[in-house]
Amino acid sequence: MRSVDRARILLAPVLLGLLALAAWQAAVVVLELRPFVVPSPTAIAGELVEHADLIATASLATARNAFVGLVVGVLVAVAGAALSSGARLIDEASAPLVTAAAVVPIVALAPVLYTMFGAGAQTARVIVAAIVAFVPVYVNTLRGLRTVAPVHRDLLHVYAATRRQAVVAVTLPGALPFFFTGLRVASSLAVISALVAEYFGGPVDGLGKAITSAVSSSSYALAWAYVVGSVLTGLVFYCATSALERGVLGRRP
Amino acid sequence: MSTTHPPTGPGASAAPAVEARGVSRTFDSRSGEVVALTGVDLTVRAGEFVALIGPSGCGKSTLLRLIADLDQPTAGELTVFGRTPRAARQNQDYGIAFQQAGLLPWRTVRANVELPLELHGTGRAARGARARELLDLVGLAEFAEHHPHQLSGGMQQRVAIARALAESPSLLLMDEPFGALDEMTREHMQTELLRLRAETGAAVVFVTHSIPEAVYLSDRVVVMSARPGRVREIVSVALGDAADRSEDLREDVAFFDRVRAVRESLHGTGNGTGNGTGAGTGTSTGAATGAGRGADAR
Repeated sequence: MRSVDRARILLAPVLLGLLALAAWQAAVVVLELRPFVVPSPTAIAGELVEHADLIATASLATARNAFVGLVVGVLVAVAGAALSSGARLIDEASAPLVTAAAVVPIVALAPVLYTMFGAGAQTARVIVAAIVAFVPVYVNTLRGLRTVAPVHRDLLHVYAATRRQAVVAVTLPGALPFFFTGLRVASSLAVISALVAEYFGGPVDGLGKAITSAVSSSSYALAWAYVVGSVLTGLVFYCATSALERGVLGRRP
Repeated sequence: MSTTHPPTGPGASAAPAVEARGVSRTFDSRSGEVVALTGVDLTVRAGEFVALIGPSGCGKSTLLRLIADLDQPTAGELTVFGRTPRAARQNQDYGIAFQQAGLLPWRTVRANVELPLELHGTGRAARGARARELLDLVGLAEFAEHHPHQLSGGMQQRVAIARALAESPSLLLMDEPFGALDEMTREHMQTELLRLRAETGAAVVFVTHSIPEAVYLSDRVVVMSARPGRVREIVSVALGDAADRSEDLREDVAFFDRVRAVRESLHGTGNGTGNGTGAGTGTSTGAATGAGRGADAR
């Protein structure tokens, strides 16, 4: 029973995907669509195979920036959330900054950052990814650290637990699911922002640069192949954080 | 942190479990002062089971929180085993259970029961042994490695009670612990609690909304009234020792008699009808006769 369910859960999306690809292919062939409108799946797949090494190199370059940015952003966010939950003043003082970080399109800062750090360095891209990753992790972790059930607070008081014990026994484990919710959002955002930041300048590597240069040399199918590469990169990040979450939270409800 | 349950806890012989003299608690609110509790005199002897009953807002939970040092009285004196509530709390003289089980969802049942021991620095082996013992006591030994969400409400509440008993306290404070349970489970849990109390010999202060529950469990029922919250009357139940009470008691004439006495006291009617009632300081048990238990029950 269960294995049948599982097979259906796995098979259904795969079948749907294949159907969509077939329809796409048929549409391109039957309607004789030009490649700059949309290339056929087989043409994209051909480029994907032929230029696998190029796509892999570009993906790695973007993934590296996204990863470093994600790690930096998450570390700063967790430290910041810990400070803010500990001291009301820090929380209130930093609230406008966090709001600004949430609403300003950080990617738009990329050109400014490129002039600051030099067009030959990856620094600007890492910073963009870090700031974008920071926001959801900070907001969620802070909420998690604040969410201690009154009954648990009472219990800790009754047990005469020290502040440190309370944090270790209740606050941190309680905040973990919130943290991971933020991390899952942040991991995808880090890839997207690192990639889009490449559109605005900087060194000539990475998926974003590859897509623009493929388009400008009329290699539309190749551009799409790079898009597929960026989808895969994002997927790797998402799956990695989901796996981490499952590994840490285990059998929680 | 002994693994046995002395019939009477440390200090039990000398001082009463709880002693309240003129205890009041007022809260400041936007619309002025709210008197939650005023002039409460109450003595709970070591090993005695006392229920606090009354309408919402009568301050029964407030009184329990004062005893637990979760809140401080604005006037009056309150001691727990002759100590201040704060000292009693730091000494782990009491265990506590709330209406919500309040288990930590990420911990197994065993680890939840071990929590207080862990916080007080008990070694791993001793913790494990004590948790096994307690889970045996509440009949959940085979669920030790389950997580709380895999248990029913009644089972979760039993885990919470096991946790409250972890430090072998001489006083158990319970704030409507069965309030969220269905009637069947509730009656079962009440009988379980009587058994636990007989085995541990701990004094219990038990907040409840239910008259039959109060009568079934208690040695004395403290009837409280609201606005301002105060003790209206203390009704002696005297239906025998916890160990001797059983489900049969629920259909006993003496039981109904006490239920009626508490109800009349709650509604402020029929003053002085019940034997063994007495207002104020809790010295009324001598008057109780425990009228003809089981005389013509069936």
